[in-house]
Amino acid sequence: MTEQITPVELEKQRNHILSARDASKPTIMVCGGTGCLALESDKVAEALKKAIQDQGVDAKVELKTTGCPGFCEQGPLVVVHPEKIFYTHVKPKDAKDIISETITNGKVVDRLLYTDPITEKKVLYEQDIPFYKQQTRVLLKNSGIIDPEKIEDYIAVDGYKAVSKALFEMTSEQVLEEVKKANLRGRGGAGFPAAIKWELCRKEKSDQRYIICNADEGDPGAFQDRGIIEGNPHSILEGMILGAYAIGASKGYIYIRHEYPLAVKMIKQAIVQAREYGFLGNNILGSDFSFDLEVQLGAGAFVCGEETAMMASVEGRVGEPRTRPPYPAQKGLWGKPTNINNTKTWAWVPHIINNGADWFASIGNEKNRGTMIFSLVGKVNNTGLVEVPMGISIHDLIEGIGGGVPKGRKLKAVQTGGPSGGCIPESMFDLPMDYDSLREAGSIMGSGGVIVMDEDTCMVDVARYFLEFCKFESCGKCNACREGVKRMWEIVDYISRGYGEEGDIELLEELAHAVKIGSLCGLGQTAPNPVLTTIKYFRDEYEAHIRDKTCPAGVCKALITFEIIADNCPGCTLCARYCPVEAISGEKGKPHVIDESICIRCGVCRDVCNYNAVVVR
Amino acid sequence: MAIDINKVETIIGEHGKDENDLIQAMLAIQEEFHYLPPEALEKISEQLNVPMIRIYQVAAFYKVFSLEPRGKHIITVCNGTACHVRGSSMLVDQVDRVLKIGPGETTEDLQFTLEEVNCLGCCAIGPVMTIDNKYYGNMSVSKVERVINKYVEKEVVADD
Repeated sequence: MTEQITPVELEKQRNHILSARDASKPTIMVCGGTGCLALESDKVAEALKKAIQDQGVDAKVELKTTGCPGFCEQGPLVVVHPEKIFYTHVKPKDAKDIISETITNGKVVDRLLYTDPITEKKVLYEQDIPFYKQQTRVLLKNSGIIDPEKIEDYIAVDGYKAVSKALFEMTSEQVLEEVKKANLRGRGGAGFPAAIKWELCRKEKSDQRYIICNADEGDPGAFQDRGIIEGNPHSILEGMILGAYAIGASKGYIYIRHEYPLAVKMIKQAIVQAREYGFLGNNILGSDFSFDLEVQLGAGAFVCGEETAMMASVEGRVGEPRTRPPYPAQKGLWGKPTNINNTKTWAWVPHIINNGADWFASIGNEKNRGTMIFSLVGKVNNTGLVEVPMGISIHDLIEGIGGGVPKGRKLKAVQTGGPSGGCIPESMFDLPMDYDSLREAGSIMGSGGVIVMDEDTCMVDVARYFLEFCKFESCGKCNACREGVKRMWEIVDYISRGYGEEGDIELLEELAHAVKIGSLCGLGQTAPNPVLTTIKYFRDEYEAHIRDKTCPAGVCKALITFEIIADNCPGCTLCARYCPVEAISGEKGKPHVIDESICIRCGVCRDVCNYNAVVVR
Repeated sequence: MAIDINKVETIIGEHGKDENDLIQAMLAIQEEFHYLPPEALEKISEQLNVPMIRIYQVAAFYKVFSLEPRGKHIITVCNGTACHVRGSSMLVDQVDRVLKIGPGETTEDLQFTLEEVNCLGCCAIGPVMTIDNKYYGNMSVSKVERVINKYVEKEVVADD
């Protein structure tokens, strides 16, 4: 495909791709997302390929490597379409059976099926698994179905239909109006209406406007942007083309973390393919609209997620934020009007143009429309990417989809919004997950990371962790952030080591206030949130550290001791062999003991013990 | 350590033409050599017409860049929130015990460098460790030495 195609030819192409396919032919989808790859799904795909050849069923089945279907906990995932038979924890040695049983004999390989942890029953199909059953998948719908390396797969699922519709049936004002009517709010965390930002940029008089896709997903614990880009990169390009048309921009950048090598590869490949097809470049689809895209890699600086810092970084400079106004819409990249939106915001645009603002408004609640993708991680049974309507309660998200906390531990809190967010206690789990409710509770939506914490998580340690993060990531431009966050970290660190004093909590609150009002950008303004919310909801834990010098969750090293329960210990000697300081002694076959004076509380013994004999006091 | 200056020129040529491309060119150099050799930075300065002081400013600001030579194999331990609550700091301690290097340090034989990273986006299978961009999910302290040994042994085989 080298010649540019028109909308009519695009439809012809689509029909051609679809007619060449047999919908009833079994297709084996192997997840090739970073999560499953880490569990060696590439070897599973190779084994399946070999098994297909060995058993001579090439003509009967198709094999595809897809993006992430989201249920990373159960990886490597293999799904057999069209029925969507869902195989979990697949190993290369299982490939032979999948081909001989499922493909040739039409039977299910029982041992690979998902077992519901609550009912303990095996579940056959993807759509019946509780994790999927309660989701509303729009943005993630095609991840796990299409091969992200093939533009034809995207075209087959109505890809670039919205571009063709917008360029030939709608004016740029109409595209903008549709997105405005939908009230699509920015998915980066703050929830600012996207079309309002677009309009500001469009109204600025200039010979050149730019747009940027913020894929600098820096929040630890969030990976939805990575999931979309790895699984469906063309959906981002299509959204950006539509946005550029509405705004009147001719050049766009995708700013993506270098820590996501697979996503970088996918998006770069997608851009090359889109250019070949004429979706990017001069006179897109034969219209008079021209637009092109470039990928810019981040170099590992969290602050570059802030829009003015990101623009500085795109220009090849140090990523320090600057004062606003002027806003990027007025003076952005190289002084020209610029519009920045999050990956998920861009991904929504094609759906809104295809299905209309009213359809979009029918999902979610009044002020928070559409779905949100959460990365459900931490101490929860079903971890992975979850797409649900805005406003779902925390309880439904964690218990319903997440399947609760593993090992029968007690749920304690969730952390949302990354280092800018806060911790919400279990007593408030009726709270709807939307921009406004989370902000009222002292946290934020952020980019959608939801980290579940159980009774073994120490809230002082969590606050210390986020302060350490912000201390390291502060760019150093503002005094309040550079010095204030460091002092807050020192105080919390002292508390966690048993040196806390009366008055420390009040001092932290005062400092938090100063850092909030004295910082230029979002990083400093929100850095105190994890401390403030943990103090607000878990003050007793701080007090236990300060007054009683104990860590109730058994995390803070200086305040705990490890002990071996003699009754549980069969004397396997494993812990003694792993102990780095030789603090564990005992004869083989007899209970061991830990010498507290030597122990450095590294926890290796508890980690390696197969008998749950090591406990923390 | 001598570096192939022709290679440097090719890399810069592929990734940049003016000062806007500074970070992208530096990333490509870092990717190739695992650090920023001074000769390469001088070449960047010359070809992109950027003063050295700005190059050092960028090198010091962004976490990925290193001005010191680093190991042949890069070990990365993810310290994102999800990995942290699942005990990733114990992995860092264990690497330290096995190789005697802390975060940011390199073994004397220039074989391994240990790094901590904020989040690799594999939160569902944490704690996660990578060696040379190969991901190891659901890690535990007891697995660390075994995984590292894969890379040590490879070396021996290659030398035979």
